[in-house]
Amino acid sequence: MTGSYLPRDRDWQPPALTPSYRSSLARSPQSALLSFPTSLSEETSPVFGHDILGPLDNDLILNHAAEGESAIGPRILVHGRLLDQNGRGVSGALIECWQANAGGRYRHKNEGYIAPLDPNFGGCGRTITGPDGAYQFKTIQPAPYPFPNGGNDWRPAHIHFSLFGQGFAQRLITQMYFEGDPHIPLCPILGVVKDQSAVDALTARLDMERTIHMDMRAFKFDMVLRGRNQTYFENLKDGM
Amino acid sequence: MSQAPETPSQTAGPYVHIGCTPNASGIAIYQGDLGASMKTGPVQGQEITLRGTVFDGEGTPLRDALIEIWQADAAGLFRSANETRGVADPNFLGWGRAATDMTTGGFQFDTVKPGPVPWHDGQMQAPHITMWIVARGINIGLHTRVYFEDETANATDPILTQITPPNRAATLIAKKADAGSYQFDIHLQGPNETVFFDI
Ligand SMILES: [Fe+3]
Repeated sequence: MTGSYLPRDRDWQPPALTPSYRSSLARSPQSALLSFPTSLSEETSPVFGHDILGPLDNDLILNHAAEGESAIGPRILVHGRLLDQNGRGVSGALIECWQANAGGRYRHKNEGYIAPLDPNFGGCGRTITGPDGAYQFKTIQPAPYPFPNGGNDWRPAHIHFSLFGQGFAQRLITQMYFEGDPHIPLCPILGVVKDQSAVDALTARLDMERTIHMDMRAFKFDMVLRGRNQTYFENLKDGM
Repeated sequence: MSQAPETPSQTAGPYVHIGCTPNASGIAIYQGDLGASMKTGPVQGQEITLRGTVFDGEGTPLRDALIEIWQADAAGLFRSANETRGVADPNFLGWGRAATDMTTGGFQFDTVKPGPVPWHDGQMQAPHITMWIVARGINIGLHTRVYFEDETANATDPILTQITPPNRAATLIAKKADAGSYQFDIHLQGPNETVFFDI
Protein backbone atom coordinates (compact mmCIF):
# COMPACT_ATOMS: atom_id res chain seq x y z
CA MET A 1 0.00 0.00 0.00
CA THR A 2 1.47 3.33 -0.98
CA GLY A 3 0.19 6.80 -0.43
CA SER A 4 2.28 9.63 0.76
CA TYR A 5 1.02 12.39 3.00
CA LEU A 6 0.29 15.78 1.52
CA PRO A 7 3.22 18.10 2.04
CA ARG A 8 2.96 20.39 5.03
CA ASP A 9 2.07 23.97 4.04
CA ARG A 10 5.02 25.76 5.61
CA ASP A 11 3.57 29.20 4.81
CA TRP A 12 0.48 28.34 6.82
CA GLN A 13 2.37 26.73 9.68
CA PRO A 14 4.48 29.01 11.88
CA PRO A 15 8.14 29.53 10.97
CA ALA A 16 10.85 28.32 13.34
CA LEU A 17 12.30 31.75 14.08
CA THR A 18 9.79 34.21 15.53
CA PRO A 19 11.73 36.89 17.47
CA SER A 20 8.64 38.27 19.22
CA TYR A 21 8.41 34.86 20.93
CA ARG A 22 11.78 35.09 22.63
CA SER A 23 12.28 31.39 23.33
CA SER A 24 12.45 30.71 19.59
CA LEU A 25 15.64 32.77 19.17
CA ALA A 26 18.10 30.08 20.28
CA ARG A 27 15.87 27.10 19.54
CA SER A 28 15.04 27.64 15.87
CA PRO A 29 17.00 25.73 13.23
CA GLN A 30 18.56 28.13 10.72
CA SER A 31 19.09 25.80 7.75
CA ALA A 32 16.40 24.83 5.29
CA LEU A 33 14.51 21.65 6.12
CA LEU A 34 15.24 18.63 3.95
CA SER A 35 12.12 17.66 2.02
CA PHE A 36 11.36 14.18 0.79
CA PRO A 37 8.20 12.19 0.11
CA THR A 38 6.93 10.31 3.15
CA SER A 39 8.10 6.70 3.33
CA LEU A 40 7.13 3.75 5.52
CA SER A 41 8.85 5.31 8.52
CA GLU A 42 6.50 8.29 8.37
CA GLU A 43 3.36 6.56 7.06
CA THR A 44 3.21 4.09 9.93
CA SER A 45 2.44 4.91 13.54
CA PRO A 46 1.94 3.11 16.83
CA VAL A 47 -1.58 1.95 17.70
CA PHE A 48 -3.11 2.97 21.01
CA GLY A 49 -6.03 0.78 22.01
CA HIS A 50 -9.01 1.96 24.02
CA ASP A 51 -7.88 -0.52 26.68
CA ILE A 52 -5.19 1.90 27.86
CA LEU A 53 -7.86 4.35 28.99
CA GLY A 54 -9.27 4.63 32.48
CA PRO A 55 -12.87 5.81 32.93
CA LEU A 56 -11.83 9.30 34.09
CA ASP A 57 -8.90 9.90 31.75
CA ASN A 58 -10.89 12.50 29.78
CA ASP A 59 -12.46 14.10 32.86
CA LEU A 60 -10.00 16.63 34.28
CA ILE A 61 -12.60 17.78 36.80
CA LEU A 62 -12.43 14.42 38.56
CA ASN A 63 -9.29 12.55 37.44
CA HIS A 64 -7.05 14.12 40.09
CA ALA A 65 -9.73 14.91 42.68
CA ALA A 66 -10.18 13.37 46.09
CA GLU A 67 -13.19 11.13 46.59
CA GLY A 68 -16.31 13.27 46.62
CA GLU A 69 -14.49 16.45 45.56
CA SER A 70 -13.85 18.15 42.23
CA ALA A 71 -11.61 20.77 40.64
CA ILE A 72 -12.46 24.44 41.16
CA GLY A 73 -13.39 26.67 38.24
CA PRO A 74 -15.91 27.10 35.43
CA ARG A 75 -17.02 23.64 34.36
CA ILE A 76 -16.75 23.11 30.60
CA LEU A 77 -17.09 20.40 27.99
CA VAL A 78 -14.56 20.62 25.14
CA HIS A 79 -15.54 18.51 22.17
CA GLY A 80 -15.12 18.21 18.45
CA ARG A 81 -13.83 15.98 15.71
CA LEU A 82 -10.37 15.07 14.55
CA LEU A 83 -10.36 15.18 10.75
CA ASP A 84 -7.75 14.83 8.06
CA GLN A 85 -7.29 17.29 5.21
CA ASN A 86 -9.43 15.06 3.02
CA GLY A 87 -12.34 15.67 5.41
CA ARG A 88 -12.39 12.18 6.87
CA GLY A 89 -12.73 11.57 10.58
CA VAL A 90 -9.53 10.16 12.07
CA SER A 91 -10.53 7.28 14.32
CA GLY A 92 -8.44 5.61 16.99
CA ALA A 93 -6.24 8.67 17.42
CA LEU A 94 -4.68 9.43 20.77
CA ILE A 95 -5.43 12.96 22.01
CA GLU A 96 -3.62 14.15 25.12
CA CYS A 97 -4.23 17.53 26.73
CA TRP A 98 -2.73 19.64 29.50
CA GLN A 99 -3.58 23.01 30.95
CA ALA A 100 -3.28 25.46 33.82
CA ASN A 101 -5.92 25.53 36.54
CA ALA A 102 -8.68 28.09 37.05
CA GLY A 103 -6.10 30.50 38.52
CA GLY A 104 -3.64 30.10 35.64
CA ARG A 105 -1.23 27.85 37.57
CA TYR A 106 0.30 24.62 36.23
CA ARG A 107 1.10 21.61 38.39
CA HIS A 108 4.81 21.50 37.47
CA LYS A 109 8.04 21.82 39.43
CA ASN A 110 9.33 24.60 37.17
CA GLU A 111 6.13 26.65 37.51
CA GLY A 112 6.60 29.86 39.51
CA TYR A 113 3.34 31.76 39.08
CA ILE A 114 1.84 32.95 42.40
CA ALA A 115 -1.68 31.68 41.70
CA PRO A 116 -2.42 28.71 43.99
CA LEU A 117 -2.50 25.06 43.06
CA ASP A 118 -5.87 23.35 43.24
CA PRO A 119 -5.28 20.08 45.11
CA ASN A 120 -8.09 18.49 43.10
CA PHE A 121 -6.74 19.46 39.69
CA GLY A 122 -3.87 17.65 37.93
CA GLY A 123 -4.22 19.36 34.59
CA CYS A 124 -3.84 16.43 32.21
CA GLY A 125 -6.27 14.28 30.28
CA ARG A 126 -6.34 11.90 27.35
CA THR A 127 -8.77 10.11 25.10
CA ILE A 128 -8.95 8.13 21.86
CA THR A 129 -11.15 9.32 19.02
CA GLY A 130 -14.26 7.39 18.09
CA PRO A 131 -15.11 5.90 14.67
CA ASP A 132 -15.97 9.32 13.22
CA GLY A 133 -13.05 11.11 14.86
CA ALA A 134 -15.15 12.53 17.70
CA TYR A 135 -13.62 13.32 21.09
CA GLN A 136 -14.57 15.11 24.27
CA PHE A 137 -13.05 16.28 27.52
CA LYS A 138 -14.67 17.56 30.68
CA THR A 139 -12.50 20.13 32.39
CA ILE A 140 -12.43 23.53 34.05
CA GLN A 141 -11.76 26.66 32.04
CA PRO A 142 -8.12 27.66 32.60
CA ALA A 143 -7.19 31.27 33.35
CA PRO A 144 -4.74 33.46 31.43
CA TYR A 145 -1.27 33.61 32.96
CA PRO A 146 1.85 35.77 32.58
CA PHE A 147 5.05 34.41 31.08
CA PRO A 148 8.61 35.71 30.78
CA ASN A 149 9.15 37.09 27.29
CA GLY A 150 10.86 40.41 27.90
CA GLY A 151 7.69 42.43 28.48
CA ASN A 152 4.30 42.33 30.14
CA ASP A 153 3.18 39.23 28.27
CA TRP A 154 0.16 37.11 29.10
CA ARG A 155 -1.13 33.94 27.53
CA PRO A 156 -4.78 33.81 26.56
CA ALA A 157 -6.63 31.03 28.35
CA HIS A 158 -5.68 27.87 26.45
CA ILE A 159 -5.53 24.10 26.47
CA HIS A 160 -2.56 22.27 24.94
CA PHE A 161 -3.33 19.30 22.67
CA SER A 162 -1.04 16.53 21.46
CA LEU A 163 -2.40 14.60 18.48
CA PHE A 164 -1.34 11.14 17.39
CA GLY A 165 -2.92 10.16 14.09
CA GLN A 166 -2.40 7.14 11.85
CA GLY A 167 1.02 8.06 10.51
CA PHE A 168 4.00 9.55 12.30
CA ALA A 169 4.00 12.31 9.65
CA GLN A 170 0.72 13.55 11.17
CA ARG A 171 2.23 14.10 14.62
CA LEU A 172 1.14 17.51 15.88
CA ILE A 173 1.02 19.60 19.04
CA THR A 174 -1.17 22.68 19.19
CA GLN A 175 -3.15 24.90 21.56
CA MET A 176 -6.85 25.73 21.76
CA TYR A 177 -8.07 29.22 22.67
CA PHE A 178 -11.49 30.48 23.75
CA GLU A 179 -13.74 32.65 21.63
CA GLY A 180 -13.82 36.24 22.86
CA ASP A 181 -10.62 36.20 24.91
CA PRO A 182 -9.13 39.73 24.67
CA HIS A 183 -5.60 38.32 25.00
CA ILE A 184 -5.86 36.47 21.68
CA PRO A 185 -4.61 39.37 19.48
CA LEU A 186 -1.91 40.30 22.03
CA CYS A 187 -0.14 36.98 22.60
CA PRO A 188 3.35 36.59 21.06
CA ILE A 189 3.06 32.79 21.08
CA LEU A 190 -0.24 32.75 19.22
CA GLY A 191 1.20 35.62 17.17
CA VAL A 192 3.61 33.23 15.42
CA VAL A 193 0.51 32.18 13.45
CA LYS A 194 0.24 34.99 10.92
CA ASP A 195 -3.00 34.27 9.10
CA GLN A 196 -6.18 35.43 10.87
CA SER A 197 -7.98 32.34 9.59
CA ALA A 198 -5.27 30.22 11.23
CA VAL A 199 -5.88 32.03 14.52
CA ASP A 200 -9.59 31.38 14.06
CA ALA A 201 -8.83 27.68 13.47
CA LEU A 202 -7.28 27.56 16.94
CA THR A 203 -10.24 29.29 18.62
CA ALA A 204 -12.99 27.16 20.14
CA ARG A 205 -16.56 28.42 19.86
CA LEU A 206 -19.22 28.39 22.53
CA ASP A 207 -21.60 25.57 21.63
CA MET A 208 -24.95 26.03 23.33
CA GLU A 209 -26.31 22.84 21.76
CA ARG A 210 -23.91 20.68 23.74
CA THR A 211 -24.03 22.85 26.84
CA ILE A 212 -25.41 20.74 29.69
CA HIS A 213 -28.30 22.38 31.51
CA MET A 214 -27.38 23.49 35.04
CA ASP A 215 -24.00 21.77 34.73
CA MET A 216 -21.42 22.93 32.18
CA ARG A 217 -20.98 25.09 29.10
CA ALA A 218 -19.63 23.47 25.94
CA PHE A 219 -16.95 24.62 23.50
CA LYS A 220 -16.51 23.08 20.08
CA PHE A 221 -13.03 22.61 18.63
CA ASP A 222 -12.29 20.57 15.50
CA MET A 223 -8.71 19.71 14.57
CA VAL A 224 -7.25 18.72 11.20
CA LEU A 225 -4.30 16.42 10.57
CA ARG A 226 -2.41 16.03 7.30
CA GLY A 227 -4.26 14.14 4.59
CA ARG A 228 -3.08 11.63 2.04
CA ASN A 229 -2.62 12.00 -1.67
CA GLN A 230 -5.86 10.98 -3.28
CA THR A 231 -4.42 7.97 -5.08
CA TYR A 232 -4.21 6.33 -1.68
CA PHE A 233 -7.98 6.09 -1.40
CA GLU A 234 -8.42 4.49 -4.80
CA ASN A 235 -6.46 1.51 -3.52
CA LEU A 236 -7.96 1.48 -0.06
CA LYS A 237 -10.55 -1.09 0.76
CA ASP A 238 -13.87 0.23 1.97
CA GLY A 239 -14.02 0.66 5.70
CA MET A 240 -10.29 0.56 6.32
CA MET B 1 -10.48 17.23 -4.01
CA SER B 2 -10.50 20.35 -1.90
CA GLN B 3 -8.23 20.13 1.09
CA ALA B 4 -8.81 21.67 4.47
CA PRO B 5 -5.79 23.34 6.03
CA GLU B 6 -3.92 21.41 8.69
CA THR B 7 -4.44 22.71 12.22
CA PRO B 8 -1.67 25.23 12.92
CA SER B 9 1.05 23.99 15.22
CA GLN B 10 1.78 25.75 18.49
CA THR B 11 4.73 25.25 20.81
CA ALA B 12 4.52 22.41 23.30
CA GLY B 13 5.64 24.97 25.90
CA PRO B 14 7.63 24.32 29.06
CA TYR B 15 5.03 22.04 30.65
CA VAL B 16 4.50 19.46 27.89
CA HIS B 17 5.40 16.81 30.47
CA ILE B 18 2.13 17.35 32.33
CA GLY B 19 0.25 16.09 29.30
CA CYS B 20 2.67 13.58 27.77
CA THR B 21 4.77 12.23 30.65
CA PRO B 22 2.67 13.16 33.69
CA ASN B 23 4.14 10.49 35.94
CA ALA B 24 7.68 11.66 35.18
CA SER B 25 6.55 15.19 36.06
CA GLY B 26 5.16 14.09 39.42
CA ILE B 27 1.49 13.52 38.60
CA ALA B 28 0.65 9.92 39.41
CA ILE B 29 -2.02 8.98 36.87
CA TYR B 30 -2.83 6.54 34.03
CA GLN B 31 -0.89 3.67 35.66
CA GLY B 32 2.30 4.93 34.06
CA ASP B 33 3.52 7.04 31.14
CA LEU B 34 2.99 5.96 27.54
CA GLY B 35 6.24 5.25 25.72
CA ALA B 36 8.27 4.88 28.92
CA SER B 37 9.15 1.33 27.90
CA MET B 38 9.44 0.12 24.33
CA LYS B 39 9.44 -3.56 25.23
CA THR B 40 6.75 -5.80 26.71
CA GLY B 41 8.86 -8.98 26.90
CA PRO B 42 11.97 -10.55 25.40
CA VAL B 43 12.68 -8.86 22.07
CA GLN B 44 14.28 -10.10 18.87
CA GLY B 45 17.56 -8.65 17.66
CA GLN B 46 20.25 -6.51 19.22
CA GLU B 47 19.19 -4.50 22.24
CA ILE B 48 20.72 -1.03 22.32
CA THR B 49 20.58 2.12 24.39
CA LEU B 50 20.28 5.45 22.63
CA ARG B 51 21.45 8.44 24.65
CA GLY B 52 21.73 12.10 23.82
CA THR B 53 21.21 15.74 24.65
CA VAL B 54 19.46 18.53 22.75
CA PHE B 55 21.48 21.76 22.61
CA ASP B 56 20.24 25.24 21.74
CA GLY B 57 22.21 27.81 19.72
CA GLU B 58 24.15 28.87 22.79
CA GLY B 59 25.23 25.33 23.58
CA THR B 60 22.85 25.04 26.52
CA PRO B 61 21.10 21.68 26.98
CA LEU B 62 17.32 21.76 26.71
CA ARG B 63 15.98 20.57 30.05
CA ASP B 64 12.32 20.94 29.09
CA ALA B 65 12.10 19.04 25.80
CA LEU B 66 10.09 15.98 24.88
CA ILE B 67 11.51 13.45 22.43
CA GLU B 68 9.68 10.67 20.64
CA ILE B 69 11.21 7.93 18.52
CA TRP B 70 9.52 5.57 16.07
CA GLN B 71 11.24 2.67 14.37
CA ALA B 72 11.01 -0.76 12.82
CA ASP B 73 11.83 -3.90 14.77
CA ALA B 74 14.99 -5.94 14.21
CA ALA B 75 13.44 -7.49 11.09
CA GLY B 76 12.51 -4.11 9.58
CA LEU B 77 8.78 -4.36 10.40
CA PHE B 78 6.66 -1.69 12.08
CA ARG B 79 4.21 -2.40 14.89
CA SER B 80 1.52 -0.41 13.04
CA ALA B 81 -1.96 -0.82 11.61
CA ASN B 82 -0.43 0.33 8.30
CA GLU B 83 2.23 -2.40 8.22
CA THR B 84 1.25 -4.81 5.44
CA ARG B 85 4.56 -6.65 4.88
CA GLY B 86 4.39 -8.95 7.90
CA VAL B 87 3.88 -9.12 11.62
CA ALA B 88 6.29 -7.20 13.84
CA ASP B 89 7.91 -8.51 17.01
CA PRO B 90 4.99 -8.83 19.46
CA ASN B 91 7.18 -7.75 22.37
CA PHE B 92 8.50 -4.59 20.74
CA LEU B 93 6.35 -1.44 20.46
CA GLY B 94 8.68 0.50 18.18
CA TRP B 95 7.67 3.76 19.84
CA GLY B 96 9.27 5.53 22.76
CA ARG B 97 8.77 8.84 24.47
CA ALA B 98 11.10 10.55 26.92
CA ALA B 99 11.30 13.88 28.66
CA THR B 100 14.80 15.27 28.77
CA ASP B 101 16.22 15.20 32.29
CA MET B 102 15.17 18.37 34.12
CA THR B 103 18.69 18.74 35.59
CA THR B 104 21.10 17.49 32.92
CA GLY B 105 19.02 17.65 29.75
CA GLY B 106 19.93 14.07 28.84
CA PHE B 107 17.53 11.57 27.32
CA GLN B 108 17.73 7.80 26.98
CA PHE B 109 15.83 5.10 25.10
CA ASP B 110 16.28 1.37 25.66
CA THR B 111 15.39 -0.11 22.30
CA VAL B 112 16.60 -2.50 19.60
CA LYS B 113 18.70 -1.87 16.53
CA PRO B 114 16.16 -1.52 13.73
CA GLY B 115 16.31 -3.65 10.63
CA PRO B 116 16.38 -2.08 7.16
CA VAL B 117 13.18 -0.70 5.63
CA PRO B 118 12.62 -0.18 1.89
CA TRP B 119 12.57 3.19 0.16
CA HIS B 120 10.07 4.06 -2.60
CA ASP B 121 12.14 2.32 -5.27
CA GLY B 122 12.41 -0.87 -3.25
CA GLN B 123 16.03 -0.25 -2.34
CA MET B 124 16.76 -0.81 1.34
CA GLN B 125 17.44 2.25 3.41
CA ALA B 126 20.13 2.14 6.05
CA PRO B 127 18.75 1.20 9.48
CA HIS B 128 17.38 4.30 11.15
CA ILE B 129 15.12 5.61 13.88
CA THR B 130 12.67 8.45 13.26
CA MET B 131 12.89 11.17 15.91
CA TRP B 132 10.55 14.04 16.77
CA ILE B 133 11.46 16.88 19.13
CA VAL B 134 9.15 19.41 20.77
CA ALA B 135 9.84 22.02 23.45
CA ARG B 136 9.26 25.58 24.55
CA GLY B 137 10.53 27.84 21.76
CA ILE B 138 9.94 25.24 19.04
CA ASN B 139 6.89 26.40 17.08
CA ILE B 140 6.45 23.18 15.13
CA GLY B 141 7.83 19.75 16.03
CA LEU B 142 11.19 18.89 14.48
CA HIS B 143 11.57 15.62 12.57
CA THR B 144 14.93 13.98 12.06
CA ARG B 145 16.48 10.52 11.84
CA VAL B 146 19.07 8.62 13.81
CA TYR B 147 21.43 6.43 11.76
CA PHE B 148 24.25 4.28 13.17
CA GLU B 149 27.94 4.80 12.49
CA ASP B 150 28.66 1.07 12.19
CA GLU B 151 26.30 0.53 9.21
CA THR B 152 27.94 0.34 5.78
CA ALA B 153 24.52 0.92 4.19
CA ASN B 154 24.79 4.57 5.25
CA ALA B 155 26.95 5.17 2.16
CA THR B 156 24.04 4.46 -0.19
CA ASP B 157 21.08 5.56 1.92
CA PRO B 158 18.62 7.68 -0.14
CA ILE B 159 18.30 10.35 2.56
CA LEU B 160 21.90 10.55 3.76
CA THR B 161 23.22 10.83 0.21
CA GLN B 162 21.00 13.79 -0.73
CA ILE B 163 22.09 16.03 2.15
CA THR B 164 23.98 19.15 1.10
CA PRO B 165 26.64 19.96 1.96
CA PRO B 166 27.44 16.25 2.40
CA ASN B 167 29.34 16.77 5.63
CA ARG B 168 26.05 17.70 7.35
CA ALA B 169 24.97 14.05 7.01
CA ALA B 170 27.24 13.36 9.97
CA THR B 171 24.71 15.16 12.20
CA LEU B 172 22.31 12.23 11.69
CA ILE B 173 24.74 9.50 12.66
CA ALA B 174 24.80 8.15 16.21
CA LYS B 175 28.25 7.37 17.56
CA LYS B 176 29.08 4.08 19.20
CA ALA B 177 29.61 4.63 22.90
CA ASP B 178 30.11 1.98 25.57
CA ALA B 179 28.94 -1.56 24.89
CA GLY B 180 25.52 -1.67 23.26
CA SER B 181 24.94 2.06 23.41
CA TYR B 182 24.94 4.91 20.94
CA GLN B 183 25.24 8.64 21.49
CA PHE B 184 23.11 11.04 19.43
CA ASP B 185 23.26 14.73 20.27
CA ILE B 186 20.97 17.22 18.60
CA HIS B 187 22.00 20.79 17.87
CA LEU B 188 19.13 23.16 17.09
CA GLN B 189 21.52 25.81 15.76
CA GLY B 190 25.20 26.47 15.17
CA PRO B 191 28.00 24.94 13.10
CA ASN B 192 26.79 21.42 13.96
CA GLU B 193 23.09 22.11 13.40
CA THR B 194 21.26 18.82 12.97
CA VAL B 195 19.55 18.21 9.64
CA PHE B 196 15.79 18.45 10.19
CA PHE B 197 13.16 17.22 7.76
CA ASP B 198 10.07 18.58 6.09
CA ILE B 199 8.19 15.32 5.85
FE1 LIG C 1 0.36 26.82 28.49
